[in-house]
Amino acid sequence: MIEAVALTKLYGDSRVVDGASLTLDAPGVTAIIGPNGAGKSTLLSMIARLLPIDEGKAFVDGLDVTRAKGDELARRISVLRQENGLLARLTVRDLIGFGRFPHSKGRLTANDHVKITEALAFLDLEPLAERFLDELSGGQRQRAFVAMVLAQDTKAILLDEPLNNLDIRHAVSMMRLVRRAADELGKIVVVVLHDINFASAYADRIVAMREGRIVVDGPVEAVVSEETIEAVFGLPVLVREIEGQRTCLFRR
Amino acid sequence: MTDRRLLSLGLLGLAALFVVSLFVGAGDLSLATILNGQLDGDALRLLLVSRVPRSAAALLAGASLAVAGLLMQMLSSNRFVEPSTVGTTEAAGLGMVVVTLLLPGAPVFAKMLAAAGFALAGTFVFIALIRRLRLKSGLMVPLVGLILAGIIQAMAHFIAYRADLLQSLGAWSSGDFSMVLKGRYELLWIGLALGAVALFAADRFTLAGLGRDVSVNLGLAYERVVAFGLVIVSLIAAVTVATIGAIPFVGLVVPNLVTMAMGDNGRRIVPVVAISGAGLVLGCDVLGRILRYPYEIPVGVIMGVAGSVIFLALLARRRPAHG
Ligand SMILES: Nc1ncnc2c1ncn2[C@@H]1O[C@H](COP(=O)(O)OP(=O)(O)OP(=O)(O)O)[C@@H](O)[C@H]1O
Ligand SMILES: [Mg+2]
Repeated sequence: MIEAVALTKLYGDSRVVDGASLTLDAPGVTAIIGPNGAGKSTLLSMIARLLPIDEGKAFVDGLDVTRAKGDELARRISVLRQENGLLARLTVRDLIGFGRFPHSKGRLTANDHVKITEALAFLDLEPLAERFLDELSGGQRQRAFVAMVLAQDTKAILLDEPLNNLDIRHAVSMMRLVRRAADELGKIVVVVLHDINFASAYADRIVAMREGRIVVDGPVEAVVSEETIEAVFGLPVLVREIEGQRTCLFRR
Repeated sequence: MTDRRLLSLGLLGLAALFVVSLFVGAGDLSLATILNGQLDGDALRLLLVSRVPRSAAALLAGASLAVAGLLMQMLSSNRFVEPSTVGTTEAAGLGMVVVTLLLPGAPVFAKMLAAAGFALAGTFVFIALIRRLRLKSGLMVPLVGLILAGIIQAMAHFIAYRADLLQSLGAWSSGDFSMVLKGRYELLWIGLALGAVALFAADRFTLAGLGRDVSVNLGLAYERVVAFGLVIVSLIAAVTVATIGAIPFVGLVVPNLVTMAMGDNGRRIVPVVAISGAGLVLGCDVLGRILRYPYEIPVGVIMGVAGSVIFLALLARRRPAHG
């Protein structure tokens, strides 16, 4: 479904993403972790054609993302950046409705309305449906944008730090939602996460980046270990199995 | 209130204002004359040749300028811009000067097209500048626009001074309906048609307002939509500059007030913005005819005063962080 082959992004002389290759075929949750500036957002943006690719290629469903038509891609892959929506005095419902744009081009059908209602319910947004985005809290706005992406109903979903601004309850429910999207709806979800324990608890696979390169790529057990995390973040940590879950702890 | 009722009410208000506008001004014409059946040839001529065209011109210019302002704000994802604060209008004026210098005998329509070309070039410079400087929101965007507008205006002044066209430039850069006569304002209908096009493509412009990333994610050909919108904005600016001259602030104040009340969904607000812009400009023109009767204050002056006061109030109320 998603195939990135040796993707590279150059800013001047610095290779902020450097020969990153990634294949995602099966439904599931893949977490991308890595320190600030590792190139996570840049990699996601190239795959989702938000940034031009300097070297390498990216395919979605066999379509070359630099050549395929915008709306064909928009029915297959959706992406949510770290910050969104500049002129955004739209109601939550209107915003989610725009998620259907690739399918309906603005003329919402009965099916579109069903999808909108589902997305509202999935993210617990019904009470806020008629509120303007610029009158919501950061976390509520974040959820509205995720709902928009969900209404877009694509097989692949890329989320760049969806837990930004979320309190612990909504962070957990966002990750559960991501799991459900993978398990019940068969989506291929890629999430950039900063909290390794969230990655460890909810992801099937973890991709770790450092200085533009993918340094580790494997199942949770293979990645969440003291040596690997220290190598990726340059920080000594303790990893313990707690209630069957790999958990990362920090020394004082 | 439902949107439909709001629009009907707005149109009704416009119609009333239009009738008032027909009977205000120097010259002998009052509603009573008509109702008494005493409408003689002179009065009828005054009505058809001057008052009706003048009132229609104000409506058309107001509606299209307000829509142009809204588009400009969506396309640059910033609430504090409009064609006359980013160089579009000034570039249209420069275009009129240049084309008048080179081809003085060209028909107004051709001059208007040349002005639109200049306006488009000026607007693209503005968009390229704010992208290059990575300005997304806040007040830097309108500041850069004002500087660019100032530079273009200075160029126009310089050329006009050399070519002895300062008086014409004055007419193009300061809106005034007192010279509007039948046969001299009809280009403004193009502005209304362009407003209708904007309504037709409203969803795309709303998406563009959400920024490039969200637009591209939803499959919108973002650059093409922006370019298309800028062509509409430039044509509207050129049409108004060529016929009645620039009117400041309409494109800033009206969309801001409307979006504050109704949000940014273009499909809902484009008609409301058009009606409000028409009402505001016609209202200001009527006011300009009453205040110092029998003399007139040009609409550009009235709008400049009223608009800047409203705009300052808006600046104080709206959070620039949200662009
Ligand atoms: N437009 C740009 N010009 C120059 N350098 C850039 C530009 N955009 C990003 N970079 C650099 O590219 C590198 C990778 O940035 P990126 O946003 O992909 O990091 P990230 O892994 O997402 O970090 P974070 O965890 O902070 O979100 C950073 O060092 C950043 O400074
Ligand atoms: Mg990032």
